[in-house]
Amino acid sequence: MFGLSLSFLPFIGSSSAPDTTTSGVDVLDEPGTDGPVVLSYEAVEELGRKLDDLRARTVADLGQEDRDYIFKIIKAQRGLEVAGRGLMYFGFFPPAWIAAVSALSLSKILDNMEIGHNVMHGQYDWMREPGLNSKVFEWDNTCPGDQWRHSHNYMHHTYTNILDMDRDIGYGILRMDSAQKWNPYYLGNPIYAFLLMTFFEWGVMLHDLEAENVIQGKRKWHDVKPLLEGWWKKAGRQVLKDYIVFPALTGPMFVPTLVGNFTANIVRNVWAYSIIFCGHFPTGVQTFTVEETAQETRGQWYVRQMLGSANIEGGQLFHIMSGNLSHQIEHHLFPDLPAHRYPQIAPEVKALCEEYGLPYNTGGFFHQIGTVWGKIFRLALPDRFTGVDKVTGVIIEREKAAA
Amino acid sequence: MSIATTPTSRGRRSSLLSRLRPRLLETLTTPHAVDRYLELVDPMMTVDDMRAEVVAVRHQTPDTVTLTLRPTWQWKGFAAGHFVQIGVVVDGVRHTRCYSPAGTAGTDDDTIELTVKAQPDGIVSNYLVASAKPGLVVNLAPATGTFELPSPRPDHVLLISGGSGITPVMSMLRTLVHEGYTGRVAFLHYAYTENDVCYRAELDRIAAENDNVDVLYAYTDQQNGGHLHGFFDTEHLNVAAPWHASAQTFLCGPPGLMKGVRSVFDELGLSESLFSEEFVTAVPVVDGDASGTVSFSGSSVEAENDGATLLEQAENAGLTPEFGCRMGICFTCTAIKKSGCTRNVKTGELDSDPDNEIQLCISVPVGDVDIDV
Repeated sequence: MFGLSLSFLPFIGSSSAPDTTTSGVDVLDEPGTDGPVVLSYEAVEELGRKLDDLRARTVADLGQEDRDYIFKIIKAQRGLEVAGRGLMYFGFFPPAWIAAVSALSLSKILDNMEIGHNVMHGQYDWMREPGLNSKVFEWDNTCPGDQWRHSHNYMHHTYTNILDMDRDIGYGILRMDSAQKWNPYYLGNPIYAFLLMTFFEWGVMLHDLEAENVIQGKRKWHDVKPLLEGWWKKAGRQVLKDYIVFPALTGPMFVPTLVGNFTANIVRNVWAYSIIFCGHFPTGVQTFTVEETAQETRGQWYVRQMLGSANIEGGQLFHIMSGNLSHQIEHHLFPDLPAHRYPQIAPEVKALCEEYGLPYNTGGFFHQIGTVWGKIFRLALPDRFTGVDKVTGVIIEREKAAA
Repeated sequence: MSIATTPTSRGRRSSLLSRLRPRLLETLTTPHAVDRYLELVDPMMTVDDMRAEVVAVRHQTPDTVTLTLRPTWQWKGFAAGHFVQIGVVVDGVRHTRCYSPAGTAGTDDDTIELTVKAQPDGIVSNYLVASAKPGLVVNLAPATGTFELPSPRPDHVLLISGGSGITPVMSMLRTLVHEGYTGRVAFLHYAYTENDVCYRAELDRIAAENDNVDVLYAYTDQQNGGHLHGFFDTEHLNVAAPWHASAQTFLCGPPGLMKGVRSVFDELGLSESLFSEEFVTAVPVVDGDASGTVSFSGSSVEAENDGATLLEQAENAGLTPEFGCRMGICFTCTAIKKSGCTRNVKTGELDSDPDNEIQLCISVPVGDVDIDV
């Protein structure tokens, strides 16, 4: 299946070869600067306390306004969905079919991003609303919520940008970091990326399988069996709904409806992939090694989140449609704060970055996605043809200085 | 007479709705429940979720409110003495609380009457007393409880209540009167003053219309008026129901009253015929040294609170709750705290709400805590 992790193939070396620098980052001087920023242990701890304080102030302010916001989004999403499904009955009329696909695409994007992703992060658990509880929430996606909560909420958000720990780096199929050792398989990098983008929901579904570990015998049948059962139940229902029941309900419009639903899923996939890849892979984000992050303090964890994420600039509607993952930096600092609060706290986070000399990686959508695809193409080739990434280096002093 | 409900229009509606709910509907709304769509049109139009709408609000005393609720079709009625759980949104957060319906059980009247007294620091009670208006929709759980009149009815019934503990015994009295019960009934109610008595006009009317029913008011802060003064003792009991030895007694009120009545009944050797409903108020929280017992009631394990996080204490007790990041970000270890108070180590916040979800990895117990693990 598309999106399947292929790195179990014998010629694909497992990712990291910390052959660059001790920090695992290609610490190079930015032109015109004096070298990498060095953050002292104390500065990192102080920054951590300031971020804790920012979080506490935001949590204290949560209330009816946030509840009204998420229900407004839900209402819009359900409205778009009903409109999209209804318009499919007029699929014989091309403008109606396009309107139907547009409405359904927007509905699926809202469902996955501003609602599903954020609710399953526990951002609205404080409301104690049974329908918006992170433990039980499900989204319009083939990946079962509980598997996604494991691969994303736990693995990705705890071990963000740590090579060999954060499986979101390359999703098991791509070379997204120069510290992943090149081999000929990666000549297909752009093709794998294109397929992952197109069938992203299936890639996300297969993510928790860790296919290469299954093939290598590191994962046993009893680890995998519950995943398969989850897929059968979850993806089965999604396929039944989009490709059988709704097309059948439109009778003679069966084929246009089926194609329309398929198209809406693809549109959602391309959008979700693009937003998510802009969150961690534009030029300038740093990766880390298992060794250097083994004994992290809370402050160091915060700094890693900031250095490992990137934002996208845009208007309010753009932020909503991206599930506010356009504020990936703020999301990674505070994954359980309601996402629509990120634009509000972003200026403060940016100011803290400036105060401590940290990069605040942001740019327009086309700039960010451009650098992502640039990286996908560049990393397809061996380093000797392309040179290494120029990364704004930040060195975190992990130990207290001797008195 | 039995308290079982007779088939009503409610029953017919429910069977019609369940026929109207084929699997197809669920397939169409997957992965969301059908109600997640219906509630956006009308919060009272639900297939699975039971709700209730406030249709009348009246203030009998300055610090109480009496609500009349019209439940959705799933409601199956209640027995006198039972309680229901309602979920109310206050400042964006849905809080659930238990209240005893005060109305007559077993009638065709499909409403629920609740009387709520404002409690110090009571988020829900203060909100309802100050702000409940007709049109408010609340979540509702089925009526349940062990505090109820036995069937067949006892020969004599003594009802004792204090404060807003009046509601379940008021329901018992109304139900007995409605059934045409002919045994002796005494209703002994404790309040600070005569202004603090809910349902007084109705109680007086019931007493006047039924020769077998005596209603007595005991005031703790008022020396005149009423029938009795001060706290419950053997004398109060003898005045209210000299025949108490042959009666079954039903008691609901604040802890002081409960304790007083129980000790008198113990002395008289009548504790077998005393039935009571705990009248739970939040226990004041003292955040100090680690103390108390942690009950992991999902696995019937108990441990002395050692001040570590609940995840660590569970693991030390030999349990294996699901966990992920161990730093409060992934929500894998979320579990239901059934009772007690916990402190969030990330924020220092205290949480003493019952039946609340907490993250085990960043919560430490403060005193006795019961976790469903």
